[in-house]
This record gives sequence, C-alpha cells and structure tokens, in this order.
Amino acid sequence: MTSFRLPAGGALINRARPINFTFDGKPYTGFAGDTLASALLANNVQLLGRSFKYHRPRGLLSAGSEEPNALVELRAGAWREPNTRATMVELYEGLTATSQNRFPSLKTDLLSINSALAPFFAAGFYYKTFMWPASFWEKLYEPAIRRAAGLGRAAALPDPDSYEKTTMFCDTLVIGGGEAGISAARNAGGRVILADEHPTLGGQALTQIDTTGLEHVEILTRTTVFGVYDGGTYGALTRLTDHLPSATAPRQRLIKIIAKNAILAAGAIERPLVFGNNDLPGVMLAGAVRAYIHRYAAAPGKRAVIYLNNDDAAQTIPTLHNAGIAISGIVTPAASTLIQTMAAQAGAPVFTGAAINRAIGRLGVTGAEILLKDGVTLTLPCDFIAMSGGWNPALHLTSHLDGKPVWDEALQTFIPGTLPPNMQVTGAAAGTSINIHPVWRAGNSKAKAFVDFQNDVTTTDITLAKQEGFVSVEHLKRYTTLGMATDQGKTSNVNAIALMAAASGKTIAASGTTRFRPPYTPVAIGAFAGPHRGQHFKPKRLTPTHDWAAASNAVFVETGLWLRAQYFPQPGEDWLAAATREVNAVRNSVGFCDVTTLGKIDIQGPDAAKFLECVYTNSWTNLAIGRARYGLMLREDGFVMDDGTCARLGETQFIMTTTTANAAKVMQHLEFCHQVLWPELDLAFVSVTDQWAQIAVAGPQSRALLETIVDSTYNISNEAFPYMAAGSVTICGGTPARLFRLSFSGELAYEIAVPARFGNALAKALAAAGATPYGTEALGIMRIEKGHPAGPELNGQTTAHDLGMAKLLSKKKDFIGRALSSRSALTDPARPTLIGLVPADKTTILRAGSHLLKPDAPTTAVHDEGWITSAAQSPTLGHPIALAMLSNGPARIGETIRVYDPIRNGDALAQVTNPVFYDPAGSRLHA
Amino acid sequence: MRIPCPHCGSRSLQEFLYHGDATVQRPKDGGAAPTQAWTDYVYFRDNKNGPHQELWYHAAGCHAWLVVTRDLATHEILEARQV
Repeated sequence: MTSFRLPAGGALINRARPINFTFDGKPYTGFAGDTLASALLANNVQLLGRSFKYHRPRGLLSAGSEEPNALVELRAGAWREPNTRATMVELYEGLTATSQNRFPSLKTDLLSINSALAPFFAAGFYYKTFMWPASFWEKLYEPAIRRAAGLGRAAALPDPDSYEKTTMFCDTLVIGGGEAGISAARNAGGRVILADEHPTLGGQALTQIDTTGLEHVEILTRTTVFGVYDGGTYGALTRLTDHLPSATAPRQRLIKIIAKNAILAAGAIERPLVFGNNDLPGVMLAGAVRAYIHRYAAAPGKRAVIYLNNDDAAQTIPTLHNAGIAISGIVTPAASTLIQTMAAQAGAPVFTGAAINRAIGRLGVTGAEILLKDGVTLTLPCDFIAMSGGWNPALHLTSHLDGKPVWDEALQTFIPGTLPPNMQVTGAAAGTSINIHPVWRAGNSKAKAFVDFQNDVTTTDITLAKQEGFVSVEHLKRYTTLGMATDQGKTSNVNAIALMAAASGKTIAASGTTRFRPPYTPVAIGAFAGPHRGQHFKPKRLTPTHDWAAASNAVFVETGLWLRAQYFPQPGEDWLAAATREVNAVRNSVGFCDVTTLGKIDIQGPDAAKFLECVYTNSWTNLAIGRARYGLMLREDGFVMDDGTCARLGETQFIMTTTTANAAKVMQHLEFCHQVLWPELDLAFVSVTDQWAQIAVAGPQSRALLETIVDSTYNISNEAFPYMAAGSVTICGGTPARLFRLSFSGELAYEIAVPARFGNALAKALAAAGATPYGTEALGIMRIEKGHPAGPELNGQTTAHDLGMAKLLSKKKDFIGRALSSRSALTDPARPTLIGLVPADKTTILRAGSHLLKPDAPTTAVHDEGWITSAAQSPTLGHPIALAMLSNGPARIGETIRVYDPIRNGDALAQVTNPVFYDPAGSRLHA
Repeated sequence: MRIPCPHCGSRSLQEFLYHGDATVQRPKDGGAAPTQAWTDYVYFRDNKNGPHQELWYHAAGCHAWLVVTRDLATHEILEARQV
C-alpha cells in the first residue's frame, strides 16, 4: 500500500510553507494547512495505531472528529495528551506525536497475539473468563489485562497550560459552519454566533465557499459546541493555541453560551460498511478519501476499490480518476444511473448486486474479496478501499436533553426527533436523500467484521449479546461497550442498532437509539477548571489584622475561606509551646485575639426584638439596652443550628454574632424568616462582618489595659460596665468603637470592635500596651477548659438538651425549632450528652473522634456510647482534657470510661467530669 | 440555567441557593407540641411532576427570597417573583 502527496491541488495546504514533524521518532515534512493525518498519509504512513482489545493494525478511517482509529499521543512531558485524533491536529513546526497501545513498535506489536486468543476476549469476557482460581484475578489476571488494555497514557504531571472560562450571550447560535450554517448565520438577525470545530469554515465543501454577508456574526472557529444544557445554555470549547508549537496565551477557552435560539447545522457523519477485516489500514470512508485528495492533495493509494450503497459516494469515482488513481472496481448492492454514468466516464468496472466479503492484507490493504450476485467470489487488487454505507445526521446535540431521534425509512438513517427548546435543524443534519440501498452486514466472510472500531466490537459480539439476552440498545451498548469509547459511537451506533434489530426481528424504528451525552468530543478537565486551580480554587478572606499578624510571625490556619492566626511562635517554639505560653499569658495577665471572622449582623427596626424572639430559643424583649446575652438558634427540626451573643445597642438596634462557619447560613436563615415566615415584622438587617474589626482582649489585666485605650469619657469600671455590658465608645482620641464585655476564655474579658480599616492599628496599639497576641489554638484550649460548646459540639446532630442548654428553651413563645425540639427522642437523656473527660493516668493525650465504651464492653458499634468532640493539653490544669458526648453523661460523672481510637491506636481509660474544668463558679468573669 | 430575579434581572443559577417546596406553610399553632402538622411541614413533601413552586435565595445577589415556578420535567423556569 502506498499513499502519497499528489503533485498538484490541495485547497487547504500551502506548499510554500513546509513544516517538520516527527511520528514515533521519525522525521517527516508536511505543509502548513495539513492535519497530522493528511501529512502522515502524504508521507506514506498508513499504520497509525493498534486497536484497543485485539491490537489489530489500524489506520485512518475518516478525516474528521469522528475518527476512531488514528489516536496518538501528542506532545511530550507534562503537555502529553493521549487519544488525540490525528485528523483534528493542525500540523505545526516541531510537532511530536507517538502511536499508542503497542509494544515494542507499531509494526511488531507482541500483544497482537491477542487475535489468536480472541475468543477469550469476546463481549463481557470478564464475567466469564479469567475467573479461576479466584485469587489469581487480583494478583495476575487484572494487572495483566489492565496493562494490555487501554490506549494512551496520561502525563501524570500537573497540567502546565492555562485555560480561560467566559460567558457569551446571543440571539442565535449557529452550530456548524458549513454551507447550511453559513447561510443560516447570514440570514439571522440580532446577535449571532457561528461556531465550527475546524480552523476554517466550509464543512464538507471541497472547494472555496462563499463567506460574505457575515459581518454581523461572531465567528468562532476551532470551537466545538460540545453540550446542550437547560435554559438555552450551550457549552463550547475553543482551542486557542493547540495549533501552535507553544503557547504564551491560554491554551483553550471554555465558553458558556446563553442563546435564545439555536440552529443545528452540524452536518452528517458517514457510515462504514460492515465486512470482514473492514478495520485494515487502507479501508476508509469515501467522503474522507475525497477530503484528503481535494483539501490536502494526499492520496490514500494508487489503486482503489469503491464500495458504496448510495449516490452521494459516487463523486468518489471522478475524484480518484482525476487524481490519476486507478479504480479496480466499483461494488454496489443495487444499480444506480449515477454510479453507472460516472463509472463509464472513468472507465471503471461496476459490480452490481455485489458486496465486499473481506479486505485482504496484513498491515494494510492489498486486495478486496468481492462476493458477486451469483455467489461467486472474486479478488480485486487494490491498496485502499473507499466505503460508504450512507450518512448519519450529526444529531447528538439534539438528544442531550433527552430528545429521541426518529428512524427515517426512506433516508435509512436516524434524523432529529424531539429537539431542545428553541432549536431548529438545517442542512445535512436534518437528513439527506441519497438514493440509498441499505446494507447492514456485507458478505459472509468469517473474518472479523467491525462495528465499533475504537472499542473493538465485532458482529460476533452483537450476536453474542443477542444470545445472552442483551437485546435492548441500552443493554447492547453496555454489554459490548460499543458506543462507549471517546468517539461515543459516532461511526458505530447506527450499524449496531440495525444489526441487533435484524438479529432480534425488530424494526430499527422500534429499537431506537441510546442517549448521547455531553461532551460531543472530549474536553480537557483543565478547561472546566479554568483559572480555579491551586491557590485560586477558592478566594482567601483576610482579617483586618492580617498584615500585623503576618509581621508578628503568626502561623495561619484555614477556617473556611478565612486565614486566621493560629499561634504566634517565638524562636524555638512549636505550636504547643506557643499556645501554652499564650494561654498562660491570658490567664495571668492579658492577651488579645482577632475574632473578626465571627458573623456580625446589625439588626434594626421597631420589631427587631420581636424578630429575635422568633429565631432564638430564649428571651430578648426583656434585654436591657447596653447589655448582651447568649443566644441559641435551632433548625426547624429541633436540632441546634448555631449560637452566639446578641447585644442591644438601642431600643431598636441589636448586634448579633454567629459562629465563623455559619455566618452566611445564619444570614440566609434570617432572610428566610423575615421574607417568608414573618414579612409583617418591621425591621431590616445587614451583615457587618467585614465592616468591623473585632478583637478579644482577655485576662485579669484586660480592664486596666483597655482603660489606656478607651477614651476617658467612658467609664468601664466593673460597676459601670459589668459582665455582659455592651455599648459604643471611642478609643485612642476619638476613633469610634464598640465594646462588649464577653468572655470565651473564662477570664475577665472584652471584645472591642473598630471600623475594619483601623484593625491593624488597634492590634499594634494593644501589643504596644503589653497585651500578648494569641491565636485560635490558645483560644480553643481556653474555651475547652471552660466547657464552651463550639463547632465540634454544634455539628448539626446535637440538641439543646445534649449540650446542657435545655433551660434556654423558652416555654412561653414560638421560635424556630420549638415544636420538633420537644420530641421525646430529642430530649432522651440516653442520648450522648456533654461531659468532660480526664485521662486516668493524667498523661495520655485524648483525641477528638475517639469513641467511648464501658471498660469491659466489646469494641463493637452496638456498645458505642459516645465520642470525644474536642480535646486539649491544658496548661491551666496541667494535664490533657477533653469534651465529649456520652450517653446519659451528666449522671455518670465520676465513672471510668474507655476511650477507644482504633484508627490511631488509642486505647485509654478516662474519668467522666463536669465539662467546666476551670472556674465553674465563674468568679473570674465578674472580677 | 438562569433565574429571572425580579430585582436583578436574569442571573446565572450559580448565584442562587435552592431551599425547597414553596407551597408548604409553617403551622401557626405556636409550636407547643410536635404534632403531625409540624412533622409534615419539616419532613414530608409531595413528589410532583410538571410546574412546581419552589423557594430560591439570591445568595450572591440581592438576598431576595423568590418563589420560582419551574417545570420539574423540562426544567423550564416559568416565573420568579419576590416571596
């Protein structure tokens, strides 16, 4: 078989610009405008790959994105992309491509020995063969089969390219830039987008096409519309730089196109004919043969046999004849005037009522065995076969929203049926009349006849599927894997449906198709990620004191999207040493910690207090102005949702705080309560989390320190500003601030809020005044010492009773969650309830997540009595402590319990205690 | 997919959070006891087909709660109004 470059012609190539490239390490030259496929063909390279299962030699079948055989690894290193269709690769200087799935080489692939063992690899083989002995599957069979199967290799390195994502809007999206699409775009009004997967418009046209009148159209070439989604949304992918040797611009752009209307002008895909060895290199679709000759002046060979069942493929006759390629014979199932006329003009013999039995050859076609009308066989010499079984409209996009194509008996193909909303179909995508005589299984050869080339599915597999009862098209697909490769069965589906219909005595119309799904052709995952990779996967929220904290050597921890200072290590300190020092500084002197991240919601209006009654379990209308109160919020199903403090700054103004994690959720909940449940209440509220920097100042010296910061006009003595007081003040000579006497640490403590732009300055001022910076680690240790529930205890599965807060549930008013919180199952004391734990040996570190069991109980789930929620190594108490939920917990104080942590090899005894380890009377709070 | 927020205009679905059935009513009996009405309100929903009224929250926009009429079979959004 010899393929070669014709001396003249080639509408898309520029012979003045030669391009050097390599394939499997060998250097070749092509021209600008070539695809990798056409350049290889022109260089007499027809063997391009080895098939998936049987490792049969494969070459080009097509000239388009439906190509199932010519899959190569393109580029190298981190850029290596497997399963790239050579037909869609635009040749560029220095291109390197490698064939796939062969060892040691394409010509001598040891695994092609599979052909002899083929019966063991029929459809569904992994359910039937390689099953004994069972142990061999994991150790021997599966690894061997995995090594033998598969096509290309992914790079296994981070994708070095960048990708863009954008949205476009239009009145009309025209999908496909062939003759029909160009005409539709020309005539469309408003904003028009015309997209085509090829680098130039023209579609199947073999000569220049009129592209005038498109000035109002946004033309997107190298752009595949790969999916149809709800609401007039279309997914498209533009290959911006894949045709260049290297890129400084984004490689690809993912476009979400919102279109009021769409016109599908995606054309049609030619159907192969199913005969023996129809997968040999040199067996090609007739339309592809014409494309290679007209567009690229690449001739597939010197002598051809044409096998066709329709008038469209008849154009192949003059194409070959005018290119000086000999035609050994034209094989057709039925007579056609057009075929006879063209054959006569070319002086080529026609065999009517005949079929190809099988293609002959080893690594490429050397002849075709014809089965004549009278049953006689005849061998015709040739080095390629141009076949055409008809054309299948490219209707894939019409079924992405579950539209069902319909069988057209006259056209002998599926045409679009139900369409997505506001989509029309035009051109070849709607079906073309080509005087077709259907041939589903040609000849009677025993040689393998392929239906799905990429997944190596033959007629035998379809027969087997029918025998085993997998008759419906959905079962047929999954049992044989036909249509499940990266080409989604573009060249195999219709043949398969027809063969199964014939085998099971059904009509093709009754069989129907499977559902095509996005993407139409593969899309790199990087394109879907766009810029959202690595550190850019999610935004970072920085606290107002972040710069000061970073300059103070803080180590940061991610809390949702926030970065919070976790601890401030001094030279030589690890996290524990730093946190221990910080805790001691707070408990003995004074420290400060940024608590800006906790949600802050400013609630104002005549009904603000009434609104709080609706959302919190406890009472609010009786809260005095200038006081704060702890609040508990339930979900409507009665489980705890969030907690916080709420301060009354005025008759009609409250400042609510939430946990960091639930800030947005609580805001959404308040909006729901106001807009949906109680729209009659007169109030407004807004999130002010980012607007105020809030810093906790805690420790026995905290008042003394704040008296140097808060302007002297404000009296913050213990009498004037007692525990839970709240109010507006000014600091540092007039800066507005809010002061709240709240304590999370259990010490005398305050939280001071200033407009966020003063956050860094306030932190510096507090540090200069001698307060010790402390981070979330120390914050956590101290709140555990005080038995304060926080995130780990408010995990959405705990109730007020579980947390020892039953008395906060008002008996006098309705509130969110009131009704269902009183269900007996939610108040049962046998539920895991909050207690404290101290290791029996006062040394073993207890870990959150450990399970609690009676010491003599078996370590099985049925004996599980609870779990540790939070744990700390307490410098204040001098030993490890933990908070835990234990069945009937409060009644078991003093009991010894087993703390079981099999995943981390933990197993220790601990004593059940009151969860408030430190200052249970709370005297330090009121100091 | 897009939702026509009455305040902000047609916006991408990504700006909204789905809540659930808009036709259920919170019982007005004060919630003193966990009656069947409350269990129905919190847990039970009809499994409907065709046009359906549901609550969406314009989380990344104006924070409005909207009653959106959406066809559960075709996903077409027929209307969106402030609750």
